Order: sequence, then C-alpha cells, then structure tokens
Amino acid sequence: MTGGWQSALAPGGSSADAILRLFWPTVALLGLIWLAVLLVLAAALLRRARPEAPRRAGAVVGAATAGTVLVVIGLTLASYLVTRPISAAADAPLIVQLRGLQWWWQATYPEEGEASGFVTANELHLPLGRPVRLELSAEDVIHSFWVPNLAGKQDMIPGRDNALTFTPTVPGVYRAQCAEFCGLQHARMALLVVVEPPEEFARWRAVQAAPATAEALAAEGRQVFERQPCGACHTVRGTGAAGRTGPDLTHLASRGTLAAGLLPMTRGALAAWIADPQTLKPGNNMPLVPLSADELQALTAWLASLR
Amino acid sequence: MTHDRRDTGLGDLALEAALRRVWAAAHGLWGLLATVDHKAIGRRYIATAFGFLILGGLLALAMRWQLSHPEARLLDPDRYNQVFTMHGSNMMFLFAVPVMEAMGVYFVPLMVGTRNIAFPRLNAFSYWVYLAGGLLLWGAFLLEMGPDVGWFAYVPLSGPQYSAGKRADIWAQMITFTEISALAVAVGLVVTVFKQRAPGMTLDRMPLFVWAMLVTAFVVILAMPAVVTASTALILDRLVGTHFFNPAEGGDVLLWQHLFWFFGHPEVYIIFIPAVGMVSTIIATFCRRPVFGYLAMVLALVGIGLLAFGLWVHHMFTTGLPRLGESFFTASSMAIAVPSGLQIFCWLATLWGARPRLAVPMLYVLAFLFTFVLGGMTGVMVASVPLDTQLHDSYFVVAHFHYVLIGGAVFPLLGAIHYWFPKLTGRMMGARPGRWECLLVFAGFNLTFFPMHILGLWGMPRRVYTYQPELPWAGLNLFASLSAVLLAAGFLLFFWNAWRSARHGAPAGENPWGAPTLEWATASPPPPWNFTRIPVVGSASPLWDSMGELTVAEGLRTDRRELLVTSVMDATPEARESSPQDSIWPLLAAIATSVMLVWSIFTPWAVVWGSIPIAVTLIGWFWPRGTPEDES
Ligand code: HEC
Ligand SMILES: [Cu+2]
Repeated sequence: MTGGWQSALAPGGSSADAILRLFWPTVALLGLIWLAVLLVLAAALLRRARPEAPRRAGAVVGAATAGTVLVVIGLTLASYLVTRPISAAADAPLIVQLRGLQWWWQATYPEEGEASGFVTANELHLPLGRPVRLELSAEDVIHSFWVPNLAGKQDMIPGRDNALTFTPTVPGVYRAQCAEFCGLQHARMALLVVVEPPEEFARWRAVQAAPATAEALAAEGRQVFERQPCGACHTVRGTGAAGRTGPDLTHLASRGTLAAGLLPMTRGALAAWIADPQTLKPGNNMPLVPLSADELQALTAWLASLR
Repeated sequence: MTHDRRDTGLGDLALEAALRRVWAAAHGLWGLLATVDHKAIGRRYIATAFGFLILGGLLALAMRWQLSHPEARLLDPDRYNQVFTMHGSNMMFLFAVPVMEAMGVYFVPLMVGTRNIAFPRLNAFSYWVYLAGGLLLWGAFLLEMGPDVGWFAYVPLSGPQYSAGKRADIWAQMITFTEISALAVAVGLVVTVFKQRAPGMTLDRMPLFVWAMLVTAFVVILAMPAVVTASTALILDRLVGTHFFNPAEGGDVLLWQHLFWFFGHPEVYIIFIPAVGMVSTIIATFCRRPVFGYLAMVLALVGIGLLAFGLWVHHMFTTGLPRLGESFFTASSMAIAVPSGLQIFCWLATLWGARPRLAVPMLYVLAFLFTFVLGGMTGVMVASVPLDTQLHDSYFVVAHFHYVLIGGAVFPLLGAIHYWFPKLTGRMMGARPGRWECLLVFAGFNLTFFPMHILGLWGMPRRVYTYQPELPWAGLNLFASLSAVLLAAGFLLFFWNAWRSARHGAPAGENPWGAPTLEWATASPPPPWNFTRIPVVGSASPLWDSMGELTVAEGLRTDRRELLVTSVMDATPEARESSPQDSIWPLLAAIATSVMLVWSIFTPWAVVWGSIPIAVTLIGWFWPRGTPEDES
C-alpha cells in the first residue's frame, strides 16, 4: 500500500526518495524501541516481584538513558546527512516560478535559450531526469507547496522567496496540494505535476509558449469572452484579454483539471464552472457572471478548444 | 496578644468548631460567588474544563462525520474552518491547560499541607476570567462569529486584510483571557509551593506532582509573555492599523510564527508535565513504594521545562529558515527524548520491583505508557528536518500530537480523576464501569488515530474540509470516524460513571488507596480549612513512614484565617500569616476586566474608559480592613 499519486511512500523524485530511505530505518529503529518498552512493561507486570537491589536498577536505568542519548545523536546525524543533498543547489536546473494565490497556482516558465517564456496555471510539466528549481512565492497569505511523491513541502510566504530543488526520476502524473491552511478553500487548492521525457516536455513547452490557435481565435465564443468581464481577470494570449488576477486560460483545455484540481477538465465541468463557480467552490475569487444559455454554450465550446 | 485564641491545647471538636467559624463560606449564592476556598474553585475549574472537553469533543465528532466520506456536505467550508479552529483553541486554551492548572489548584495546597492557596482572591479572579473567556469564544461561535483562522492564527490570514469582521479578534482576545487566568494561577502555585509547605517538607520531600506543578507554573510564567506580545500586536494591526506583520510595510510574517511557537511549544509541556506528575503519583501508590529515582525524576521534570523553550523552530522547518540553524533545532527537539525517556525508565524500574495493583488509575497509566511512548517516537520523527518536510501539516502530525496530548495527558488525567475522586467527592468512582471505560477510550483512541499516520504519509493535508474520491483516503477516514464513536462512547461512560459515583458511590474514608501523601491525611472531601492541625513531615512518603499518627504543628490562631509560612528550602516555620477572607470583589473585578477586553475588540478607547471600573473593583478588593500585622 503505497498510496498512489499523492503519497510520500511512492517516490518519483530524488528528494522524496532520499527522505523515504531515511524514513523506513527510522521507523524500524523507533518501532523496536517502542516494542522493547512494552515488553519490559509486560514482564514487570507478569513476573513475581522480588525487590531488585536498587543499585542494579540504577545501572539499568542509567544504561537505558545513555542508549537514548546515542539514538538521539545517531538520528540527528542521519537527519543532517539527508538534509544536505535535498537542500543542495543543482547544476543548470530548470527554473520555474510558482506563486500561490487564494486558491490556485500561477506558474511562470522563464525563457531559456531557444524556448520563450510563458505563464500558465494549476499544472506543472517537468522533464524527466533534469533538476528543477521551483522558486516559490505567495500573493496573499501563506501557502505551502507539497508534492509528496517528488519532494517534501516548502512554504510560500508573502514577502519571502523560497525555493525547492529536486530531480524527477519516474515519469507520471503526480498530485500536489496546498499544505498550509490558507482560508476558505484551502482544501481545494491542488495542482498536477506531469513528469515526462524531455522531448515531450519540449513539445509541451512550445505549445504553451504560443498564443491561442488561429481557428480558436475565430470562434464565436471569443466574442462572448471579450464582451463579458472575463478578460479583466484572465489572459488569453492572442486576444485582448490580459487580466492577471485569475489563471491564464490560453491553453486551458490542455490541462488535466479545472479550478486547481476541483474537477476533471471536461466540457460539462467547464460549463458548470462558468455557470456557477460559487456553488462548486464557495468563496473563491471568481464571481458568477450571468450569461444566456447560448452565450454559455459558445463560451464553453471556445474554452474547450483552447488546447 | 492573648494566647487563648491559639489552637494549642484545644480539643479536636472545639478546634473544628472554631475553624468552621472562620473558614466556612457563607451559605447560599453569595457564598458560592464570594468563596476563595481553593477546593471550591478548583472543583469548579475542573468541572468547567470538562464541560469544554465535551463541547470540543462534539466538534471533533462533527469533523469526523464530515471527513468520513469524500465530498461530504454536513459542514460547509466556512463552518468547518470555524469548527476546527474552535476545536483546537477550545481544547488547548479552555480544556487542557486549565484542567491541569485546576488539578494543581485543588491538590497542591492539600499535598503540601496548607489551608489555602496563596493569593486566594487572585485565584478566584482567575477562574471568573477563564469562564468569561470561554463564554466569549463559544458565544461568538453560536453567533456565527467563531474564529476561522486556526488555533495558531497565522498572519497574514488572520490579519486585517484577509480576515474581515471580528472573528480573528475574538480569537486573540480569548487568548488574553486565558493568559491572565493561567498567569494568576501560576503565581499562586509558585508561592504556595515555596512558602506554605508543611513544616519539615524540605524540597526533596515534595511529592512529584507538586514538583511537576511547580515546573509547569514557571513554564507558564516564562512562555506567556511571548503570546501576549503576539496577540497584542495582532490586535493592534487589526484595530489601529499598525504593521507588525505586514510585509508590504516592512512588517514580518514569520515574526508571528516565532512568537506564537515560542509560547506554543512550551504550551504542550504545560499540559504534559502535570500529567507526568499524576503518573508518578499513581504508580507510587499502587506499587506501594516511592517512584524509583526521585532525584532523576525531578531533574527530568526541570530538564523538560527548560528544553521546552529550545524547540519552537521545529514547527517552522518548512518556512525556509537556514538549514544549519534548523539542524540545531533537530538536535534540541530530539534531546527532549532523553529526560522523557529517563522518566519512563524510572517508572518501569518502579513497576519492576513491585507487584502493582491494577486498579482503574493504574489501567490508565498502562494505556498512557503504550500510547505516549508511541507518540514520543513519532515526535522524534517530526523533529528530523527531512522527515518533517513530508510529515508537517499532514494527518501524520494530527496523529502524532493526539498521541502525545490524549495519550500523554488525557489518559493520566482520567486516571487521576479516578484516583482523586474520593478526595474530590468523598466517594469512590465505580471500578467496574471504570475498567470498561478505560478499555473503550484506549481502543477507540488508537483505532481512531493510528490510521491517521498512514493518511498523512499518503498525502492527506490537515485542515481540509473535504477531499476528492480520486484520492485513496476514503477507507481509512471512514474507519477513523467509526472508531471515534467508540472513543466517544468511552468518554460518555466516564462521565456517566463520575456522575453516578458522585451520588451513589461507596463512601471513601480518608485514605482509601493507602496512599503516602498529605492530601490523604484529612477527611474526604476535606473541610474548608483542609487540616485541623497542620501536619509535620519527616519523609517523602509521610503517611507510609509515620506509622499511624502524623506529628502536627500547633500555635495557629483560631479567630481568623491563618496559615503557616515556612522557608523555601527546608520548610522550617517562619511566620503565621493571615489568609484572605471571602470576597465578592474578585468576581466584580473579573466582570469589569471582561467588559473592557470584549469592548476593546470594537474600539481602542475601551482600554481607556474600561479601565475605570477595573480600578474601582481593585480598590474594593484591596481596601484595608485593619487586619493586624502578621507575626513571626
Ligand atoms: C473577478 C475576476 C474574474 C472574473 C471576472 C472571471 N474570472 Fe474566471 N477565475 C478567476 C479566479 C480568481 C479563478 C481561480 C479560482 C480558483 O480556482 O479558486 C478563475 C478560474 C477560472 C477558470 C478555471 C481556470 C483553471 O485553470 O482551471 C476558468 C475556466 C474561468 N475562470 C473562466 C472564466 C470566464 C469564462 C469568465 C467570464 C465569464 C471568468 N472566468 C470571469 C477570476 C475571474
Ligand atoms: Cu493554499
């Protein structure tokens, strides 16, 4: 039972792996100590009492305490030895800026060599085998980025810059979730992390960096989007919409989930979300925008085509 | 100065009649409101704290219901956030800390052989302030104004920008209430222990529970200023627009966390250290021998009290502090395992050389050892920086701290209630329901909380109001929720047992367990003056070593409340001192203070105008009555 795609017990990255290799021996050692205490307790209760010479008892208690000191020193050292590699800087890492907001994630991939930079949301793609350095920040309150299969968590704190470095080693789709209580919808602040071979990653990156496709730009839904206040909060590159307070929607339909892990990305879910975001995720920062049935349909179709 | 009003030479009956005249509280409501008897107040404190335990438990059940399956709709997110904030704040500030101090208020004066706690009016005041703080918090919750920012109230979430309304202010002000009351009790306990011990009770003859309460009181006195500073700064940020915690204006968000945990971690030991004292007391009595290694036990208590202040950063391992500094706190956090381990080894050594009687209090001690040691092990794990980056703020931590708080403190507390019930009520608490209740609580607890370790490792974060079906958490959550019913049944049985035993339990007599300490050298429950004649102590287990009759000290006056002041180290008699009369002023002062504090949630001017009634009540409180000077 390793718990799947959001579990510290199924590592797919260097940090999580190193931590797990410290975890199991620690559990074993401490578990044995616990059992030993219980055994002594049971023996003390079951044996026929014959008062022990206090000096011997003193020696045993002293030895057990000394043993505790040794265990503590050993575990402190072990923990220090594991801390070093997981917090070390990496050579030529992929840099991604990840920002926590109530209650979604904004990711910025800066330009790198040939590849131009772009902004996206609620989903990260990482190349297999290459170290990544996530530069973590927060817009409003404290959040914490935790993708247990890949690395331990790191807080995102307003006014501070934190970073998390690790190397993904197993391809797959992992789930991350905000780990610091951040208000009403703290439970609904998740993010997918897709670890894929470098070629696929490069393809994804090229698609994300480009503006919305030409045929999509021609669609009727675009006019609804531009007529309605959507663009005040959202960006769709290639249109006039350049809002910053909501997730970038340029390639919305390429993402696996909608609204920070709330729903799978389907047309039905999109329509439901746009029709009434406050029922699906009460208190979130997207208001209900009243739309006619036709408008809703056109808008949904258009958003679903933003791949 | 005439000597015929001293107790010397009076017969027992005449003496008791005289003492009753000066010590007994007035009849009726007035007597209840004005009493400064540490036993009346202690009992009241304990009962109130258990009342809050029930309320907090109901909140826990609501949360377990909500989490029993994915996407449940019993509690909406707003309600859930209030509920978990209330649960944590209530259990820490209104149940655990007060109940431990309350046990000290009731038993420390008895165990050191004095007639009342030091500063008894302050003690009465502390209870009323505590009650007001509790009413404030729960009243706000019922009015849909319950705090919703977590019991730790991290800024900026709890700051003016992200928590509109008064919810966070109510949390911060509730802290002020409980701080005041905790400090008042702590001061009273320290002075009682240092200056009012029975003659001959040198420091190394003090019962371990008294030592534990002494260390706890010092930890309270040292830890509270940090949280006073923090909550005051928060209120200022919110009310008058200061920027202590606003990064945009040069404030610092992490400052809050440092201050909060500098208090918040010792807080855990404020709860745990008294429990350790209870365990030692119970083990000694039922093994019929003193706890092995008295000096080691005392040093371990003091060591825990000191180390408690060097650990707070382990709550902040994921905030991005320098790694080297963090490693230091790994070492200090793990180091607390050494004094804790030492205590456990001493208890085991005591049990080893004895044939313990497995009465209900002892069963709770066994439950404690099983559970607390496991919680200590997971504590060592979260002290390690790399492991903590995975475990922090996950359900693993929820499991860990319930193991140490319920296993480490509530189990001993329940055992202590069974143990001291005869002294509190004069009757024995039912043993047969007691065994069932212990079994249910123990099994229910472990079945509820053990799976949470696994949930945390499987990535379930804390403080989430729900989770999605595509995560593999539903099974264990349902299991934990069902087990919580078992745990609740155990508590229900405990309360029913206490309720029934208080009425129909077998009469207990002075010393039903054959225990060694002074609280058992007087009637059950003790008369308002505790001891008709002040006992004189010649060993650490006076009732075992005195072979029947205790020697007693004489010479106290019988025409006013008087108690014996002794020296700090050796408890040699130094003076007779008057002990304050009953008074309604502490209650009035508490009301005035509460009004000012609640009012100041709404306007800073309350501090100015609200101080006037407080000043008036304090003048009434301290108005000189022409009591004659104390004599040596
Ligand atoms: C006041 C600002 C605002 C307006 C106006 C607004 N949104 Fe949003 N929108 C947000 C925010 C904030 C979120 C993120 C909510 C969350 O997940 O907590 C969001 C999320 C979304 C998402 C999900 C994005 C993702 O990454 O999963 C879609 C789709 C969306 N909005 C579409 C629209 C459409 C269409 C309109 C116009 C009808 C609109 N929004 C109007 C602020 C706004
Ligand atoms: Cu968050």
